[in-house]
Amino acid sequence: MRIGIDVGGTNTDAVLLDGRQVLAAVKTGTTADVTSGIVAAIAGLQEQRAFEPADVRAVMIGTTHFINALVEARRLAPTAALRLSLPAGASLPPMVDWPGRLIEAVSGRSYLVHGGHEFDGRHIAELDEAEVRRAAADMGAAGVRSVAITSVFSPVNAEFETRAAEIVAAELPDAAISLSSEIGRIGLLERENATIVNAALRELAAHIVDGLASSVSGAGITAPLYLSQNDGTLMDVDFARRYPVATFASGPTNSMRGAAVLSGLDICAVVDVGGTTSDVGVLRHGFPREATTDVTVAGIRTNFRMPDVLSIGIGGGSLVREARKVREAREVTVGPDSVGYELTSRALVFGGDTLTATDIAVAAGRAEIGDPSLVAHLDKELVAAALRRVADDVADVVERMRTSAEPLPVVAVGGGSILLPDELAGAGEVRRPDHYAVANAIGAAIAQIGGEVDRVYAVEPGRRDAVVDAAKQEAVDRAVAAGASPSTVQIVDFDEVPIPYLPGNATRIRAKAVGELQLTDAKGR
Amino acid sequence: MREITLADLDDIATGAAILGTGGGGDPHIGRLLAASAVREHGPVRLCALEELPAGAALVQVAMMGAPTVMVEKLPSVEQVSAAAGALAGYLGSGLTHIACAEAGGVNSLIPVVAAAQLGLPLVDADGMGRAFPEIQMVLPTLYGVRATPMAIADEKGNRAVLDTVDNRWAERLARSATIDMGCSAMISSYAMTGAQARESLVPGTLTLCAELGRLVRQARAAHADPVAAVVARLGGGTLFTGKVTDVERRTVTGFARGTATLAGLDGDAGGELVLRFQNEYLVAEVDGRVRATVPDLICTLDRETGEAVTTEALRYGQRVTVIAAPADPRWHTPEGLALAGPRYFGYDLDPVGAPR
Repeated sequence: MRIGIDVGGTNTDAVLLDGRQVLAAVKTGTTADVTSGIVAAIAGLQEQRAFEPADVRAVMIGTTHFINALVEARRLAPTAALRLSLPAGASLPPMVDWPGRLIEAVSGRSYLVHGGHEFDGRHIAELDEAEVRRAAADMGAAGVRSVAITSVFSPVNAEFETRAAEIVAAELPDAAISLSSEIGRIGLLERENATIVNAALRELAAHIVDGLASSVSGAGITAPLYLSQNDGTLMDVDFARRYPVATFASGPTNSMRGAAVLSGLDICAVVDVGGTTSDVGVLRHGFPREATTDVTVAGIRTNFRMPDVLSIGIGGGSLVREARKVREAREVTVGPDSVGYELTSRALVFGGDTLTATDIAVAAGRAEIGDPSLVAHLDKELVAAALRRVADDVADVVERMRTSAEPLPVVAVGGGSILLPDELAGAGEVRRPDHYAVANAIGAAIAQIGGEVDRVYAVEPGRRDAVVDAAKQEAVDRAVAAGASPSTVQIVDFDEVPIPYLPGNATRIRAKAVGELQLTDAKGR
Repeated sequence: MREITLADLDDIATGAAILGTGGGGDPHIGRLLAASAVREHGPVRLCALEELPAGAALVQVAMMGAPTVMVEKLPSVEQVSAAAGALAGYLGSGLTHIACAEAGGVNSLIPVVAAAQLGLPLVDADGMGRAFPEIQMVLPTLYGVRATPMAIADEKGNRAVLDTVDNRWAERLARSATIDMGCSAMISSYAMTGAQARESLVPGTLTLCAELGRLVRQARAAHADPVAAVVARLGGGTLFTGKVTDVERRTVTGFARGTATLAGLDGDAGGELVLRFQNEYLVAEVDGRVRATVPDLICTLDRETGEAVTTEALRYGQRVTVIAAPADPRWHTPEGLALAGPRYFGYDLDPVGAPR
C-alpha cells in the first residue's frame, strides 16, 4: 500500500492506494503548520479503511508550500549569491532583474569572483580561492545563512562550484549551500535565479520536511517518505531538504498524473477545476507536456521545467454576474474573481449572499453541496447561461492546448469539475473518473522515479547515434541510481536541438527516463 | 523618438525580436545590458539618418558568436565599448556616432550599450533592416564599404584588429577569433563617414523596433489583435495562421538548419505551410507553393501575444501566424540577391517577394 498526500493552499487531500486501486480518500483543511493537517488526513484514511501502518511501503507528498512562501515573500532566509564568472558578467550582477521587495525579503547580497568555464570546457579564469574565502567571511559577518553558488557553464563542468562550496562550507559551517549545476540548465541568470530562490527556501524546507517526516512517523508509518517534483517524479526527503524549488510546479503536475491513472489515458487534456481557476494541461506518454518558454515565478525569471498549463479564472468559488441582455439570450459572466476559501461562508448554498459557480452547479442539480433549497429560487435561464459560459470558456482553453487534429480526450478532475458539462464543443465527451476530487493526491501516490540528462554535446560526423544512445543510457542509469526498478525504466522524453554558431556540430541533447519506485520490504516485494 | 530611455528598452526588444525573423538571438540579455548602461550613463541620443553630418565618423557594434553562449557567459558593458575603442584607436580618428549592424534580435540593443557608455549619439538606422547571419550581409557591402578594419573584443581584455582583403575574409577570420574567445565576442566594424551611412544604411529602424514593440503592447492591453497591428505597420501581409505540427532540425556547419510544418487554423484550416530556416526563417511555402523567400522578412509570431517565435524556440503545438514583409528594395537588386538571396542560402529558388 502507498499513501499519497497533496498539501494545497486550501485543502490537504490524502489517498490510500493498493497498486492503482483507491482504498480510501479524504479531504481536510490545510493547517498553518502543515503537519497537523497531514496527521488529520492520515487519521481520516485510517477511519475510512483501517490499515496496518507497517503495510504502508511508501508515502508520497506533493506540496505548494514552498512556491507559496516565495510568492508571499515570507520565511525566506538571508541569502547570498556567489557567482564564479569574472572577468565576465560584472555588468549584470546576481538579482539584477529581481523585484526589489524580494531582494529585501532574502536580504540579498551578491559577490562576483574569478572563475567559470567556456562552452568547450576551458577556464574563463582560474578559480580564485582567496576571493571566495574573503567573500565567505563577508557573508558570515553580514549574517548570511544560505549561499547560492553559480559558475559559468557549470552544466558542462561543475568543478568550480564544487570547490567553491568546500571553501564556503569551511568558512561558514552552518550555512546551507546550493549549487546551480544541480538546479538548472544553460542560461546563467535564469539558473542563478532558481538557485538563489532555492537557497532562500532551504531553512523553511528543513523545517517543513522534518515536520512532514515526524507527522508520518507519528502515525506509526516507518516507510520511506518522498516528495513530488515539478516533472511528476519523486525525490527523497534528503533531496527535498536541499532542493525545495524542485517542488514548485508539483501541484498541477500531480493533478494531471492522477488524471492519467484514474482515466487510464496516456494522451489527453486534463482540466483541473479548483476554487479560483481552471488549469488545463496536456499529457503525453502519461506525463505533462512541458512549457517551452522561460517561466516567471513571483516576478523572477527562471528556467525550471514547468508543465505547460493554461489557466482561466473559473472555479467553484467564481463570482457569477448577470452582465446584460443581448436580444433574448442572457449574458452572464463567471469569474475571474472568486470568493476563494470563503466559499463555505459566502456562497448562497452555505447561507451567504454571493452568487458563486458552486451555487449554479447545485441549482442545476449537478451537485449536492450545502443547502440546495437556498438556490431553488434561481432563474433557470440564468443557471443555464452561466453553465454555458463555463463550458464555452473551458472548451476554448482546451482547444488552444491541442497540438494536432487528432481527437484529444478530455479528463476533468478537481472539486470544481462539477461545473463542466458532459460534452465540450470541439473536444467531445468529458470523462470524470472516480475519485476526481483527489486526483492530485493520487498523482503524488503513483509518482515514479526519474533521471535526466541535459547537456551540450559535440557530435562528430557519423557519431550521432552513439551520442544519442549514450545520453539515453545515462538518463536510465540516473533513474536507477535514484531508486527506480531497472526493469521498468524507459525513456519518456527526448529532445535534440543543434546550437547555431558553435563549432563541432554542437547539439543540446535532453533525455528523461522514468521507472517505478523500487519498493522493498522484508519479504522483498 | 529623440532619445532612448530606460522605458523604451522593453518595446525595442519586442520589436527587435520581430525584425529578427526567427534569428538574431534573444534580445533579453541585450535589454538588461542596455538598461545597465543607460542607468549608469543616462539616455542615449538618437540621430536621424538624414540629419547625420556628411563628415560624421561612425562605426557599427554588434555581438558575434552563439546566442546560447551569450546567455551563459554574460557580456559586459565595457566589452562592447572596448571593441569600438580598439577600432577608433586603429583608425587614429575620433568617433562621432555609433550605428547598428542589424535591426533584429540582440544586436539592436548592443549599440545602445556602446553609445551610452561612450556618450555618443546612436544613428537611427542599421545595415540590414532585419537580421542576417554573416558579417558581409549588410547593404554597405553593396556600396563598397569595407567591414574591416574591424575590432573584436572578449571579456578578458583581449582585443584584435582585422584588416582583410574583402568582407568575406572578415567574416571568416572574425569567426575563428570568436571561437577562440569562447564563442561570444563583441565586434566593431564598417567604419564609415556620415555621407556613406546616409547612402547605405536603412533609415529609422530603431524607431521602427520601438514602434512595433509599442503596437504589440498596446494591442494586447486593448485585447485587440497584435499580429494585425504588426502587419499594418510593416506592410506585406499575413501568409498563414496555424499550429506547428512538426519541426525537423539538423546542424550544417554551425548553422541550425531545418524545416517546420504548420497545419492551418481559422481561415487557413485544411492548408499546410512549410517554413525552411537557417537561424532565420528563409522560405515559406503554402500548400507546396513558395509564397515568400529571403531577402524579404518572414516573421513567425505567437498568434495570441504577437511576440516573435525564434527558430530555436519553435515547438510542436505552438499556434502562430506567419507574416511576410518587404525588405529594403536594395536587397532585391542582383547584387543584393547575390549577397543574401535564396541561392546564397542553398535554396535553388528565385526570390519571391512578400505581398505588397
